[in-house]
Amino acid sequence: MSSKNNLLNKPVTRRSVLKASAATATVMAAPMIIPSTAYGYANEPKGAAVTLGFNVPQSGAYADEGADELRAYELAVEHLNGGGDGGMMGTFSSKVLKGNGILGRKVEYVTGDTQTKPDAARASARSMIEKDGAIMITGGSSSGVAVAVQGLCQEAGVIFMAGLTHSNDTTGKDKKANGFRHFFNSYMSGAALAPILGDNYGKDRKAYHLTADYNWGYTTEEAVRTSTEAMGWETVAAVKTPLSQTDFSSYVAPVQASGADVLVLNHYGANMVNSLTSAVQFGLRGAQVNGKSLEIVVPLYSRLMAKGAGENVKGIFGSTNWHWSLTDEGSKAFVRSFGEKYGFPPSQAAHTCYVQTLLYADACERAGSHDPCAVAEALEGFEFDGLGNGPTLYRAEDHQCFKDVLVVKGKENPSSEFDLLEIVEVTPAAQVTYDASIFGGELGSCNSGA
Amino acid sequence: MLGLSRNDFLMLLLVLFLVAAAPILLNPFPEGSSLAQFNAGYPDLMQRFLIFGIFAVGFNILFGLTGYLSFGHAAFLGAGSYAGVWMLKLLTINVIPAILMSTIVAGVFSLLIGYISLRRSGIYFSILTLAFAQMSFALASSVLQPITGGETGLQTNLNDPRILDGANTSGNIPAPSLFGFEMRESIQVPMGDWLWTFNVGYYVCAFVLLIAFYIAIRIFRSPFGMMLKAVKSNNERLSYTGINPRPYTLAAFVISGMYAGLAGGLMVAMDPLAGSERMQWTASGEVVLMTILGGVGTVLGPVIGAGIIKYFENIFSKINDNMLQSWFAFMPDGLESFMVAVVHPFVGKGWHLSLGLMFMLAIIFLPGGLIGGIDSVYRRIFKKRAQ
Amino acid sequence: MELSAILLQVLNGLDKGSAYALIALGLTLIFGTLGVVNFAHGALFMIGAFCAVTTQRLLSISTITIDETKTDFLGKPLQIKTPIVESWFGESVGQALIDWSVPLAILLTIPVMLIIGFVMERGLIKHFYKRPHSDQILVTFGLAIVLQELIKAYFGANQIPAPAPSVFIGSFDFGALIGMDAGKLLYPYWRIVYFCFALLIIGLVFAFLQFTTFGMVVRAGMADRETVGLLGIDIDKRFTIMFGIAAAVAGLAGVMYTPINSPSYTFGTDFLVISFVVVVVGGMGSLGGAVLAGFVLGILESFASMRQVIEFIPGINQVVIYLVAIVILLVRPRGLLGRKGVMES
Repeated sequence: MSSKNNLLNKPVTRRSVLKASAATATVMAAPMIIPSTAYGYANEPKGAAVTLGFNVPQSGAYADEGADELRAYELAVEHLNGGGDGGMMGTFSSKVLKGNGILGRKVEYVTGDTQTKPDAARASARSMIEKDGAIMITGGSSSGVAVAVQGLCQEAGVIFMAGLTHSNDTTGKDKKANGFRHFFNSYMSGAALAPILGDNYGKDRKAYHLTADYNWGYTTEEAVRTSTEAMGWETVAAVKTPLSQTDFSSYVAPVQASGADVLVLNHYGANMVNSLTSAVQFGLRGAQVNGKSLEIVVPLYSRLMAKGAGENVKGIFGSTNWHWSLTDEGSKAFVRSFGEKYGFPPSQAAHTCYVQTLLYADACERAGSHDPCAVAEALEGFEFDGLGNGPTLYRAEDHQCFKDVLVVKGKENPSSEFDLLEIVEVTPAAQVTYDASIFGGELGSCNSGA
Repeated sequence: MLGLSRNDFLMLLLVLFLVAAAPILLNPFPEGSSLAQFNAGYPDLMQRFLIFGIFAVGFNILFGLTGYLSFGHAAFLGAGSYAGVWMLKLLTINVIPAILMSTIVAGVFSLLIGYISLRRSGIYFSILTLAFAQMSFALASSVLQPITGGETGLQTNLNDPRILDGANTSGNIPAPSLFGFEMRESIQVPMGDWLWTFNVGYYVCAFVLLIAFYIAIRIFRSPFGMMLKAVKSNNERLSYTGINPRPYTLAAFVISGMYAGLAGGLMVAMDPLAGSERMQWTASGEVVLMTILGGVGTVLGPVIGAGIIKYFENIFSKINDNMLQSWFAFMPDGLESFMVAVVHPFVGKGWHLSLGLMFMLAIIFLPGGLIGGIDSVYRRIFKKRAQ
Repeated sequence: MELSAILLQVLNGLDKGSAYALIALGLTLIFGTLGVVNFAHGALFMIGAFCAVTTQRLLSISTITIDETKTDFLGKPLQIKTPIVESWFGESVGQALIDWSVPLAILLTIPVMLIIGFVMERGLIKHFYKRPHSDQILVTFGLAIVLQELIKAYFGANQIPAPAPSVFIGSFDFGALIGMDAGKLLYPYWRIVYFCFALLIIGLVFAFLQFTTFGMVVRAGMADRETVGLLGIDIDKRFTIMFGIAAAVAGLAGVMYTPINSPSYTFGTDFLVISFVVVVVGGMGSLGGAVLAGFVLGILESFASMRQVIEFIPGINQVVIYLVAIVILLVRPRGLLGRKGVMES
């Protein structure tokens, strides 16, 4: 066995070591600058390639959303490596990406299955870090997974670019120095929705909340309650429903008799599809209560959910991070390259994942390094435009993006199977911005794994 | 030797060798080769092999010996995990109190559930354990959130008290360690084209597994173990002889519960997070499948079953089309895309399909699980030669 | 609490109980007749549900014409799809057929499920009669995963809406029927349809076992398989048919459930565990027990989900089924209507 003395290193970096040992030959041939230190940071790329880890749900209820995220990642990798039409790289306000990979290194990737379980997601992320030498982990379709994997990346010293996660906690109570979120959150949904609800349904309403019994459900209920109560609405009741619930009949049936005239479904994914279906079956939508027509609100919408719920979504308000029907240049470029490659428009999950990959690559280029701490510094306080949401700020205090929020509603007369939501209002970023300290938690210091 | 028969001692030595050399044995393919994807010699997966091995060995003490099929053992693993994380949060980041407390808490919890569930037998017992575990899962993910962290899971934090440790000023959450050796630390040894990773946490797990395995062998061969086997083969006759089997089965139940707790404690020692889905019936089902797949009632079988299932989950799920294309790149174009199309449904997002097919094929062709199957094949060949 | 609120939860419970009872009925038939623990039963329910999706898809097979005046999201000419049934039978009949695709799917479900049941029993389960229960669990669990993954590979993981015919959309004034004020107790039409359908199926299965010679032999076989075999009756063949019937019952429960919840490939696992609990609470080998336990647990679950109850005992809605199961099993060792000696070792 060879010498052990100089080989003690913390987070396990497998490919990097190999590349170090096999390096001499390649280094001579390739015209690149290799940092002199052996291990500046975790999984420091030594060869001509850099590995990203795409950790998405491939089994379970969110598998289709995960598949869409993976498509977006593959597209982003293609664009970063100079393939395809370049997508949003052409409209992105930062112009440092050249289509020659990241810092001249070809972008490679590994994929894994989060199963939408914190345990499995962490196992998958650990294998990417330990086995494949991934230098950045991204993806996911639930806040539980995002918080768990973000914690892991903080410990291992790699960057985590969150995928679809909407809970306040991801960049609030559980924020981490190595974690970044482009997607919006519950607070923003509440702040954007309330004025629209007020305009359409009036300021004198009684709301009944059904809330999925987990982290995301709580923050969403709280956000919508706070913002609607501030406007004059009254909350009649808030009932927690088990995450694994499939038949919501016994939860929606008592709504009408409670005297409430708005039903807020703080549900996502299968929960939302099933609860909305039950609510519509029970004739809640449009029922007459207090001389008003009973309305249903879904704070977080996705197109896949709208598809699952079919006819039931028509006319129902909600919010979304991005929608393919936006007409700014960035969105159009993204929809075009995604649509040409896969034959249908991208979902909001696909959009946020694509953008996160680009933002990461861009930050590496601007920092001139893959070092997580340098990348984090480059992302903090970064202002950009042209990625589909208008001018956006990556706030340094909590690593949350601030940008416009879309208020949407289920379309009455869809022109195609993808045309399920229509944009009612683009709420400006200023209206959904909050003080970074309100959710508590601390970032800690950046960990480069060195 | 060590109170074991010669065969058992050899088996223990074999396990010792396999476990010690696993970082080398599990990386048979050179780094960077297209088959390197099948290497399993990285710390996370190797730790999981051993942890689930302990879980399954313990489960087998109950199921294999007494025949009582518990469908709720994940509850003990989960309870142990929570206890472990709380120790890491409140007391010290050293893993020893966490592992001990996990085992104790799981033991107490299993005594409680076992005492009630063992009033019934057969499928009625299975459903009672299932019901208790599902209740634990449901409560852990809802009303007990302050203790369990709910669906997101319980994690260590920067501002945890950790009363035995000094004040933490690094700005980073401390990693679980054993007297200063962090579980995630590794020594990497490149050897030609190969790369071996010797991880501290893995060898801690290995040490615990060997002890757990040794105790299991002793139980299997002890008078107590004989008594448990008697419970399985004929419960009624046992009662006619004036022996009350309940204390024996309860002891087996508690021991296997403690093994589950030990596995949970090691899990959080390696990676300090405990999610509620660890207690769900699917997790309980998994250990049942591991045991059956490896071979019910065999000492070594459950460890092998655990290894296979975890291998599928972690290796097959990571194979994507990109890799398939690189594997078959040497073939002519048409054949390449054909092969990719053929293999595609079984890997990546289709890894469950491979797992399901493997369950079916293994049990159809190898009755009694892998160990049982190998044993009968071996005997058949041996008999033929003897003739 | 108002009477109407309580009645509403009773109706919800009966509705939930219908699904539990139908699945548990099939499970008990397989337990009782074949002595097999069938972990693939949830998957059979799910396949039934996807028969509805398939029927919908078949009826919606379309011819594609290109409308040059409109464009799709990429700016290409829009493709207009016209279902073939519309061009065959005219627009109104065609649309009606698509609208009724869920009830029509029953016609597809019965043969499909019978065939799946026969193939499963003859091809796989038959070889496991003499094997330990643990082997049966592993093989049926493996089969369930394979069936689910096949559905996922073809239909995807997202839920697919399969709505009820439009005449059944909306609510029925159940209160007025029993003499309450109009509008006090409304209940969705389709859920009432589902409950009636479940009663019909349960009635048919019981009548079949009670009043036909075939059923009599099967019941005798359930009680004492060996003796019936010794009498020279080919009990195996009948058991195959019973397996097919059990599969068909699960499939029918699934197909009619689709308008209540949009199906996805994990549709069956949600019911599997509860159905096992239902079967055991009802008593192993007792068909009546399975049905009774299904309705009882369904109603209790509904009551426990009421806001007033949750506020009183937090978390009760999530554990009530298991809690009741534990109490019943401790008080009545063999479930509500179980017999001694079935699956006890």
